[in-house]
Amino acid sequence: MFIEPFVDNEFLRLALAGGVLVALTCAVAGTFVVLRGLAFVGDALAHGVLPGIATALIFGVSGIIGAAFGSLIMMAGVSLVSRRFRLSGDTAIGLLFVGMLALGVMITSRSRTFVGDLSRILFGELLGVTSRDLISQVCALVIVIAIAIIARRPFLLLSVDEGLASSSGFSVRLFHNLMLTMIAVTVVASFQTVGTLLVLGMLIAPAATGALFARRISTMMIVAAVVGSFSTYVGLLVSYHFDLAAGASIVLTAVFIFAVAATYTEIIKTIKTKQSNEHEHQHSHSGAHIR
Amino acid sequence: MKSQILKSISADQLGVGYSKFPVVDNVSVSLEPGALLVLIGTNGSGKSTILKTMAGLLRPIKGYLEILGQPTGMLPKRVAYLPQHPISTHTLPLRVHDVVAMGRFAHLGLFRRTSQHDQNIVIDAMKRTGIETQANEPIRDLSGGQQQRTHLAQVLTRQAEILLLDEPTAGLDINGRKLVAELIASERARGVTVVMATHELQDAENANTVMLLAQRVVSIGPPEVALRDEYLRECFGFTQPH
Repeated sequence: MFIEPFVDNEFLRLALAGGVLVALTCAVAGTFVVLRGLAFVGDALAHGVLPGIATALIFGVSGIIGAAFGSLIMMAGVSLVSRRFRLSGDTAIGLLFVGMLALGVMITSRSRTFVGDLSRILFGELLGVTSRDLISQVCALVIVIAIAIIARRPFLLLSVDEGLASSSGFSVRLFHNLMLTMIAVTVVASFQTVGTLLVLGMLIAPAATGALFARRISTMMIVAAVVGSFSTYVGLLVSYHFDLAAGASIVLTAVFIFAVAATYTEIIKTIKTKQSNEHEHQHSHSGAHIR
Repeated sequence: MKSQILKSISADQLGVGYSKFPVVDNVSVSLEPGALLVLIGTNGSGKSTILKTMAGLLRPIKGYLEILGQPTGMLPKRVAYLPQHPISTHTLPLRVHDVVAMGRFAHLGLFRRTSQHDQNIVIDAMKRTGIETQANEPIRDLSGGQQQRTHLAQVLTRQAEILLLDEPTAGLDINGRKLVAELIASERARGVTVVMATHELQDAENANTVMLLAQRVVSIGPPEVALRDEYLRECFGFTQPH
C-alpha cells in the first residue's frame, strides 16, 4: 500500500523523483523566500511565467524556454516599477502579477485546447514527468544550490537588514536580483511538476515549517527538504489511492504538515510559559515566607 | 594639509535626503579619530538620514562628504553601521552567535573561510556586550534589550575605524545604557570615531560634538554650547531640568 504503487508503476517512480527534486530545489530557494519575506514576489514570479509558457506552447517550443522568458520579463518589471514609480513594492508587484496572469490567460484562450493547456500550466502534470524532465530539474537544483552557497553571506545580511548588507560591502541590487533569479529558476523548473499556481506552496510551506523549529539556516533548509520530500511521497500515495490531483495533494500535505507543526510549537510555547510563570510564582511565595 | 589627512569624517555644506528631496541641509562637521559626534533630535529630524549617508546607503544630495579621505560607501571594512531596530531578526531562525558573526562578513567577503581569529573576535565581542551565555539561543527568543546587545556585539566584530550607530541605546535599561557608554569610551580610546543618533540628551554627556537636529541643524558644538536652553526649546519645545 505504501511502497507497491512505486514498485509497480514507472510513471509514479518518475513522479516521485521529479517531486523530490522540486522539493529539494524549493527547500533551498524557499528558505530565503521565507527569511527575506518574498512570498508575494515568489507568487508574482510564479504567475508571471504564464504568458511565456502559453506563447511557447502555441508555437510548439519547450515550456521551460517560455517560462524562462516570462520570469525574466517579470523580474525586470518588478525591479523597474518598484524603483521608478512612487508605489509600495506590493502594489507594483500586485499590478504586474495580475497583468501577466491576464495576459497568460488571453494567450492561452487562443489555443484550441484552452482548458487543458491552462490546467496543465497552473496545476502541473506530475504524472507525466519524463527522464528528460528530471535532467533539467537536476540542473536547476545544481544552479540554485550554487547560488545559495556563493551568495549565502549577502543573502543572510539582506534577510536581516538591507543597510547592513550594503554597509558590509555587498550590492543590495545585485544580490536581490540574484535571489530573484534563484526563485525564478526554481519556478521555471517546478512548473511542470506542481504547476505555477501550486509551486508557491512548495516554496513556502516546507521552509516555513523549518523556520518553526530551526535555530540555524542550514537546519531550516534540511527540515524544509525533508518536509517537501515527505509531502511529495504522501501526496503521490493519496493521489494514487483516491484518484486525486497529484500536485494539489502534495501541496496540501505540505500545508497540513505546517499547520500541525505550528500548532505543536504553540502548545509547547504555552506550556513553557505556564511552567515559567508557576516557577516565578513559587519563588515569590517562598521569598515572602523568609521575610 | 596634515590636518586634512587626519580627519575621520569631513562634511561641508552637506545636504542629505531621499531622491532629490533634502531632509537636512548645510551640515558641516569635521571629526578627528577618537571623536564622538552625537546627533540628537525628534523622529524625522534627519538623524538616521545623516547616518545612512555617512554609511553610503544614501548619496549626498549636495555638498561634500568624505569618510577616512574617501567618498562614502568605499570602505566597508573600516566603517561599521548599526541600523535602527533590525526587526526581521525577531522571526529569523538564527542563533545569537550567528548574528554576531555576521559582522565579520565585510572582512570575509563571499569566499574567505571563517578563521580561528574571526571566531575569537566574535567571542570577545559577545563577552564585551554580556551576551556570551546566550550564544546558542535563537535571537528571536531574547528580550528587546538582549537583541540590541547582540546587534552591538555584531558592530564590534567589524573592528572598524568608524562606528555609525543608529539609536544604540533603544530598548536598553539603565545597565544597558551604561554598557553602551563604556563600549563607546573603550572604542574611542583605541582611536575609533563614533557617530551616534539618539533621542536621549544624557547620551551626549561624553560627546566632543553634539548636533541638534529638527530637519535642519539647530545647533552644533560641544554639549554645553549645542544643548543650551534656547536650542532645546527650539528643537523639542522644552528645556532640560537644571
